[in-house]
Amino acid sequence: MLLREVEYAKPGSVAEALELLAANDGARALAGGQTLINVMKARAASPDMLVDLNGLAELRGIELAGDGTLTIGAMTTYTELMRSAEAKARPILGEVCATIADVQVRNRGTIGGNVCSNDPTNHLPPLMVAVGATMTVLGAGGERDVAAEDFFLGVYMTAVGPGELLTRIAIPAGKKDGFAAVTLGAEGTCICNAAATVNGSVRVALGCVDAVPVVIHADSPEGVADAVRAAAIDPPSDVHASADYRLHLAAVLATRAAKEAAAR
Amino acid sequence: MDVSVTVNGTTYARDVEPRKLLIHFLRDDLDLTGSHVGCDTGNCGACSILVDGTLVKSCMLLAVQADGAKIETVEGLSENGELTALQQSFNEHHALQCGYCTPGMLMSATALLRDNPSPSEDEIKKALQGNICRCTGYWNIFDAVKAVAK
Repeated sequence: MLLREVEYAKPGSVAEALELLAANDGARALAGGQTLINVMKARAASPDMLVDLNGLAELRGIELAGDGTLTIGAMTTYTELMRSAEAKARPILGEVCATIADVQVRNRGTIGGNVCSNDPTNHLPPLMVAVGATMTVLGAGGERDVAAEDFFLGVYMTAVGPGELLTRIAIPAGKKDGFAAVTLGAEGTCICNAAATVNGSVRVALGCVDAVPVVIHADSPEGVADAVRAAAIDPPSDVHASADYRLHLAAVLATRAAKEAAAR
Repeated sequence: MDVSVTVNGTTYARDVEPRKLLIHFLRDDLDLTGSHVGCDTGNCGACSILVDGTLVKSCMLLAVQADGAKIETVEGLSENGELTALQQSFNEHHALQCGYCTPGMLMSATALLRDNPSPSEDEIKKALQGNICRCTGYWNIFDAVKAVAK
């Protein structure tokens, strides 16, 4: 398929990438491209310039600190996360990445691209919220840390503003996590998903039921379904699922994820 | 933009529009029509190739992104007209009917076997998840890969 004409820039540093993004209104960062190239085919997005972040070593890599905190470069691919010995410090990360699309997509798609596109059907936004991730955003004004709960602002919108980049994601140590999803086909479009973390009480982040992940708290996995029903969620209806069915799935999947988390 | 790639051992230098997808560069500019366009939406996997040893769908990369890369396509699998063991196994197991998905299947299975020479049936299925076949029902393809697994 023929894309609309577009300029292409391959910066040699993050600083240069930021300059290109800030200097060109129609510029857009190109991460793995497994979403962006496709929406450009459909012309749902038509950037004037692509600023290719592939090749920026500063944005790659996974580090494990002494306190168990994982720091993951935004351009780290799903495959790298699945294979990383360090990332095993929070096993749910690799496990969820392994359920995204297929080998080819996982080889190119990145954690940063997934969260920055903030498609409500993506798996990583609710997961980042559940595990209490901190996103580091860099722009001309300097660097700032944004809690995952405050990072997702709306459908396809995040705290990363014009001329800014997500550079890395920090995830605290922890093992008691769970994830459950209903998708079209084994790894297709998501209808509803839930990521849970147990740390004394249960914290669940639901995806696909609102523009941004919805956080639910409960004392135990048994109380999660009622907490979901009490949360006044108003999920959208679409060709794949009615609002009622999505709400039903939300309670079921939140409970499943919470039970998995508690059993670890 | 100037792009230089090495495909199956041959280096090509071309002037390429940034909007051109890698699959179209291979097929239209380099006349390497072994890799197919099935869906053009990143779902079917018929355009799967190896870029610097990594399996990708070449309809979801721009040609300019491959500048400097070493690319392997289905045309590069056989040597001196000799099929690889995997290709021979596809033949023997009737792992294709119309053949449209076959280039992508072969590249995905090649990537799997390089990474994991003794995959289980489950690992074979997962490795081929990004490749759609509408003729075979997949079983003969799994059998063909299994037969060359160590």
